[in-house]
Amino acid sequence: MANVTIDGINVSVPNGSTILAAAREAGIRIPTLCFHPDQAVKANCRICVCEVEGQRLLAAACAMPVWDGMVVKTKSPRVIEARKTILELILSHHPQDCLNCIRNGVCELQDLAAEYMIRDNPFELRVKGYARDHSTPSLVRDQDKCINCRRCIGACSEIQTVHALGVEKRGHEAMIVPSMGGSLSDSPCIMCGQCVHACPVGAIYENEQIDEFLAAVADPDKVVVTQIAPAVRVAIAELVGMNSGELDMEVFVSGLRQLGFDYVLHTNFTADLTIIEEGNELLQRLTAGKGKLPMFTSCSPGWINFCETFYPDLLDNLSTCKSPQQMFGALVKTYWAEKMGIDPSKIYSVSIMPCTAKKFEAARPEMNASGYRDVDLVLTTREVGRLFKMSGLDFTRLEPSNFDSWMGEYTGAAVIFGATGGVMEAALRTVYEVVTKEALQDVNFTAVRGMKGIKEAEVDLNGTKVRVAVGHSLGSARQLMDQVKAGESPYHFIEIMACPGGCIGGGGQPLTKSNMKRAERIDCIYTEDERLPVRKSHDNQEVKTLYDEFLHEPLGHKSHELLHTHYHQQHKKFA
Amino acid sequence: MAKELRIVLRNYQVIDPLKIEDYLNTGGYKSLEKARKMGQSQVIDELKKSNLRGRGGAGFNAGQKWSFVRQAFADRKYVVCNADEGEPGTYKDRIIIENDPQSLLEGMAICAYAVGAAKGYIYCRGEYPYVVDILKQAVAQAKVKGLLGDFDIEIRMGAGAYVCGEETALIESIEGRRGEPRYKPPYPGVAGLWGQPTVVNNVETFANVPAIIEKGSDWFKSIGAASYPGTKVFTLTGDVVNKTFVEVPTNTTIRELIFGLGGGIPQGRRFKAVQIGGNSGGFIPESLLDTPADFDSMQKIGATLGSGAVFVMDETRDIVDVVERTAKFFEHESCGKCAPCREGTMRVHEIVEKINHGKGTSRDMALLERLGRVMSAACLCGLGQAAPTPVLTTMQHFMADYQAKVTG
Repeated sequence: MANVTIDGINVSVPNGSTILAAAREAGIRIPTLCFHPDQAVKANCRICVCEVEGQRLLAAACAMPVWDGMVVKTKSPRVIEARKTILELILSHHPQDCLNCIRNGVCELQDLAAEYMIRDNPFELRVKGYARDHSTPSLVRDQDKCINCRRCIGACSEIQTVHALGVEKRGHEAMIVPSMGGSLSDSPCIMCGQCVHACPVGAIYENEQIDEFLAAVADPDKVVVTQIAPAVRVAIAELVGMNSGELDMEVFVSGLRQLGFDYVLHTNFTADLTIIEEGNELLQRLTAGKGKLPMFTSCSPGWINFCETFYPDLLDNLSTCKSPQQMFGALVKTYWAEKMGIDPSKIYSVSIMPCTAKKFEAARPEMNASGYRDVDLVLTTREVGRLFKMSGLDFTRLEPSNFDSWMGEYTGAAVIFGATGGVMEAALRTVYEVVTKEALQDVNFTAVRGMKGIKEAEVDLNGTKVRVAVGHSLGSARQLMDQVKAGESPYHFIEIMACPGGCIGGGGQPLTKSNMKRAERIDCIYTEDERLPVRKSHDNQEVKTLYDEFLHEPLGHKSHELLHTHYHQQHKKFA
Repeated sequence: MAKELRIVLRNYQVIDPLKIEDYLNTGGYKSLEKARKMGQSQVIDELKKSNLRGRGGAGFNAGQKWSFVRQAFADRKYVVCNADEGEPGTYKDRIIIENDPQSLLEGMAICAYAVGAAKGYIYCRGEYPYVVDILKQAVAQAKVKGLLGDFDIEIRMGAGAYVCGEETALIESIEGRRGEPRYKPPYPGVAGLWGQPTVVNNVETFANVPAIIEKGSDWFKSIGAASYPGTKVFTLTGDVVNKTFVEVPTNTTIRELIFGLGGGIPQGRRFKAVQIGGNSGGFIPESLLDTPADFDSMQKIGATLGSGAVFVMDETRDIVDVVERTAKFFEHESCGKCAPCREGTMRVHEIVEKINHGKGTSRDMALLERLGRVMSAACLCGLGQAAPTPVLTTMQHFMADYQAKVTG
């Protein structure tokens, strides 16, 4: 342990701790910009500099390890002068259009400018005026806003191993750019949106499509139907002034009706359906030798993009199941429209997703099994949060409302799709009972839960041992894929979610700087699962009705037409 | 009258640099042989005692640096020679390598033996392709003779980035990445090339080693300034009669360098200023010329020894104009990694340019001073920390030049 004095406060911290950590221990918050709790230290913004007694140079608190007897000043005149000057320098390169910025009110640079009372910046404003990059349906890059902290690179390269972003040029011309200075769509970007969470400012963000939504609800000829992904409810609470998970589902539904949705349905319904289809597909691969093993899950569109870009030779290992969003899209304009007696051409299908890659997925040309574009619009959790804010709703006073029929019922198995390991656990709950014909004593497969990068488990299905693995974040996916590629994978079934923590940490969720927040949301997901009376997908009554009346059997003709797909290698210019 | 004393340049025009036999005939590689007999810790002790300090600019005790690497627990260790001589007006490393490449290789081999490294790199400035050729030939000759034993030396070429002379940026570049400095600690001695303990020394530092091992630390310590013993190679440029290089004991004063060996100022003009140590060096006025050109004495007057470039300016030189040029240089050479250097070097240039063109105000002067003060304390690496030195030292010693241009 090292004894350190910070602003006159004595703390004892483990050797090797940084000044930043020691200060936190002392109850002192040192400002940071490039520092990210889940990434390697960069020490490039220099906002966290502090004075260390006996040292000529100021020390970056995020990088400097403490020593026994170290005396630190975190807010001496010298330190304040340095921080203010650095902020002025950064701001003199940054557009001053906070009012129009998507990050207005949720911007770390804006907060620092306020904290350090930047009033008259002595440096002449020099904004370069780059065109925004709208090349993907998911993300928008605003080069002018970028402050070169490189947290997006940390997310993209260190955590996701995608390496879509890098640094080009040098000095004040240095800038973060997609590979080879091309557009995002030419880069290997898989549109997971983890860079959006990492970005402290508005330099990269979701392709905001709120105007399209407002136009749809204003159109009297359109029947606007929505589906909500499993991970959305727990997180959207954070955007309406509540803690994660605090917003009741029924109140959420009521809020969505207030926004103008004609019908509120649930992606959880097709999550349960996915389990039936995917579970049967797994059993076919396991027992009938139809298809490759290990089988990979296919609900995460960022992961699909990753596989199509980096592992095209393993595409046959992917489950042919569409994601729950696309299954829903295909059914809402066929089965549901028929059942409700609504002309499918009038249905405008909006999905509310924790995900930026879903915007890309919905726009894939093959996703029109219903004869129309299956999902017309994808709004992220953040976009819906903004709509709620604009609507002036008071969620503490809204009357609860139930989901609409035929595609609104769901089980706990669907709820846990939102967390890493959830699809696996849901599948195991069903597959176990289908194969053994016995009721599960304990539906909780805790081995596949939690924030560990790769989790594994073994399940005994009537003497057949099935080995499964769960990976979240694409760094973990890469490890598992390399194992498969080398022929060394011991698994039969692998769940991959592109984002850390699974969908609750998706690129469209409320901005999440650290994995701690993700873990909190995961807890809320499992609490909801525990609370639900039905926790196994095959017990979903509306799903049963769907098979009875429409699909007839899992993996049947209709299923293949509407619920399954094929994957193709993505050829990126600079991948 | 100061005299030259040649240690690292002892073989200058004495041997054919591309004939290893010449080097061997003058006692070459005897020091490596001696070192191997002395034992690793003895070699390091001897070097420590000699108080040989880094000739690249930071002035760290070389023996101490080596001892960190020797003590570090690691499977692999590296010896890296910094030959990325990018300081404008500096060409001492080139002179050393061109005339006596084997001294450098022998110094590196002694280091490798002492710290337990099997692999060395020489990172050579990109603008020195012919020097790379000399080094390659020299390494090949030493290998043929079996002189290096198990120690392998690879030559890597820079691509023109000044910042790659910073040891951690140099390491990044060798590793194949963008040449950008790392934060320190950890220092290369703990986690350097490929994350392994690494000695990074300058050409001139390594070239001193064989002589120290041969003649002993007492001999070396007796030369020059006590706190920075030995010799230093200076390169004289600018308004000086003898535009040449000299190797002198470190207690030689700046005045002796310029007016003795340098032959004074041409055309009977008066001296105005001298900038020592390259573009990031401080500007020194006439009143400080009797300062010995050793590391600590230079630091005491707010200047630097740096690479040993001596850039002399006569009375006709416009100091603010010169500072504008150095500011432009740093704007161009900042790697762009850390915010105060990335933005600050551009702003320093912008403000100095404004002042130089008669458009600056006293507010600009105050801003320039504050910016310089912040950069020198808060930037990530030596480049950004040293970039404002010309501004700050000229504001200290040549304020009249600024005042003549500032309006309001």
